Amino acid sequence: MATLTAVPTAFEQRARAVVASLATPDANKTRQEFIAQMGRDVSAQLDACVRCGQCADACHFYLVTRDPSYTPIHKLRPLIQTYQRERAPFSTIKRWLGLAPPEVTAEQLSEWSELLYDGCNMCGRCTLACPMGVDIAALVRRAREGMSAGGFAPPDHYKAAERALDSGSPIGVAWPALKRQIEIQEAETGLNIPVDVQGADYLVILSSIEIIAFPETIGALARIFNQAKVSWTIPSVGFEATNIGVQIGSRDIAATLVSRVVDAAERLKVKYVISPECGHAYSALRWEGPNLLGKPYPFKVVQIVELLDQLVKEGWLRTLGKDTRHLTFHDPCQLVRRGGITEAPGRLMDGISEHHTDMPSGREANFCCGGGGGVSAIHRAEKLRFAVFSLKKQQVEATGAEALVTACANCRNVLEEAIEQYGMTLPVLGLTELVAQYLDAEPDPGST
Amino acid sequence: MTSLTLLEFARGPALWFALAVFVAGSAWRVIAILRLGTKPDLSEPRSNQLFAGAINGIYSRMIPHKEFRNWGKLGIYNGYMYHIGLALIVFGFLPHILFVGRLTGLSWPSLPGPLVYLAVGPTIVGLLVVLLERLTDPVLSLLSGLDDYFSWIVVFLPLVTGMGALSGWTSEPTMIIAPPYPLPIAFHLLSVELLLVWLPFGKLAHSFLVFLSRGVTGAALARKGAAL
Repeated sequence: MATLTAVPTAFEQRARAVVASLATPDANKTRQEFIAQMGRDVSAQLDACVRCGQCADACHFYLVTRDPSYTPIHKLRPLIQTYQRERAPFSTIKRWLGLAPPEVTAEQLSEWSELLYDGCNMCGRCTLACPMGVDIAALVRRAREGMSAGGFAPPDHYKAAERALDSGSPIGVAWPALKRQIEIQEAETGLNIPVDVQGADYLVILSSIEIIAFPETIGALARIFNQAKVSWTIPSVGFEATNIGVQIGSRDIAATLVSRVVDAAERLKVKYVISPECGHAYSALRWEGPNLLGKPYPFKVVQIVELLDQLVKEGWLRTLGKDTRHLTFHDPCQLVRRGGITEAPGRLMDGISEHHTDMPSGREANFCCGGGGGVSAIHRAEKLRFAVFSLKKQQVEATGAEALVTACANCRNVLEEAIEQYGMTLPVLGLTELVAQYLDAEPDPGST
Repeated sequence: MTSLTLLEFARGPALWFALAVFVAGSAWRVIAILRLGTKPDLSEPRSNQLFAGAINGIYSRMIPHKEFRNWGKLGIYNGYMYHIGLALIVFGFLPHILFVGRLTGLSWPSLPGPLVYLAVGPTIVGLLVVLLERLTDPVLSLLSGLDDYFSWIVVFLPLVTGMGALSGWTSEPTMIIAPPYPLPIAFHLLSVELLLVWLPFGKLAHSFLVFLSRGVTGAALARKGAAL
């Protein structure tokens, strides 16, 4: 089997064992992994739920379907049940007395697979609503560790994980495809796009969706960095930013994929790695990565929106003119609500748009596009994903916008598909591309 | 067993047993969680103000996020109503303060009696509404289990027995030792003791676990600079 490294690492060996678990689902493995997840912080939250049900009214899956099964805390029932049986205070006494809940079964886990994967974007809106402060989205991420270890994640996720382990990309995008797109963008922009330049300041990694569906992003970055005089490079190995590991919920798969980016960054001795327009890629690299690998990075991670905002603030990036269309911005959950990049997109929009309106329930309270958390990669979830888009549709229509802007290629792809499904005519634009479109071509009068 | 001996039992061995279970059980519930430990977060924090984040998490969740304030959902307002009502009754009613004072020496000013009596009605209504919601709302009935219903009973019982005990209560020192109607007071004490015994084991422990869960999440989100 082809691997990106000559000798598979321990992470990769375990990751392939997780992928293989699909063939022989094992509830015992899931239970063991659930228990392994139950440290102090997880237990503090699992113990505190008062079953008030307020999380239901924050969840777009529940709001659209009105099916109580989509109540976020209910999606965690197998994890909670295992906690109460095996790990909670007094669980030993309760087991002796026959008062502990029963062990979770394979049938139960198969049933919950749909709730934990198809019916949850890990968007964290429920976390924002929980009066007890339970971070339900983070607990779903934990629950998925058990589900994937036992073979109960969606088959589409295992297949995507296998492709990512084999080729680096969940959809099989390899270096020749990226190389071709780079050449096209070089021809279109007339700029050199640096590849494998050792000692560059910034390492640009990309998501497969950007490479295949939105390759103009590469040209946009070239134009932006050319004006801002940023030293940058793209790696020929380890360029994939997406991480199916955090979506299927396997730390070994996630660690294997993150390690490839880290290897590229270390090989090229960069100071920064730019996380591209992709919400979960940012979570994987910025917040989970060092913990997955068990060591801090020797470089900093900066999200492209943060970097653009910084370059504008510092005067390295100048824009000229503004888009005259009425625009609105879709806040990617993992960047805005979960990632803390709350204000930068708005500031960038101010610089390039004459007229943009925040959506009702915008910023940290936004509704997910419906495809986050790996839902867009699950074929069987397509109908549900389009159904929950109806809330986003209402939000967009309330603004009266003529075009929708976002900063996540997966959101963009999901939004485009749903817009088409609903027969709407609304272009979806990438924020980086939009910034590049309004760059001031005039040289800085102060520069030599 | 006479009414008076039942009261002596409720004030004596039963009370000390309940208090011992309450203190030891609550302590273990917290220790059992804390002893699990946690790995240090190796990602570069956006903010190091984790303690401030934890405190912010604890206080900010006392009021729903602005996005969720206009739900018009009964449960939210009802939750405030019976929690505040219970706090007024438990900590503001003079006989309760005197009772705690006799046990611990602690004392604080009481609320005017009529205000406490006024709080009883909405509190009882609030608790009845919460039960009704649990039984009829599809989401709540799906989530609810034995713990939820038993916890409701052990909270509701002291309110009912407390109203009965009002008839037998007096602030006269000699009458406190041997009240004219000891049975209602004995029942009230026993119902409170049931509450104390159950509290560490079920969902009522949220009265102290809330600080842990909100604090943990508050610190984690502050670390990322994410919204609370």
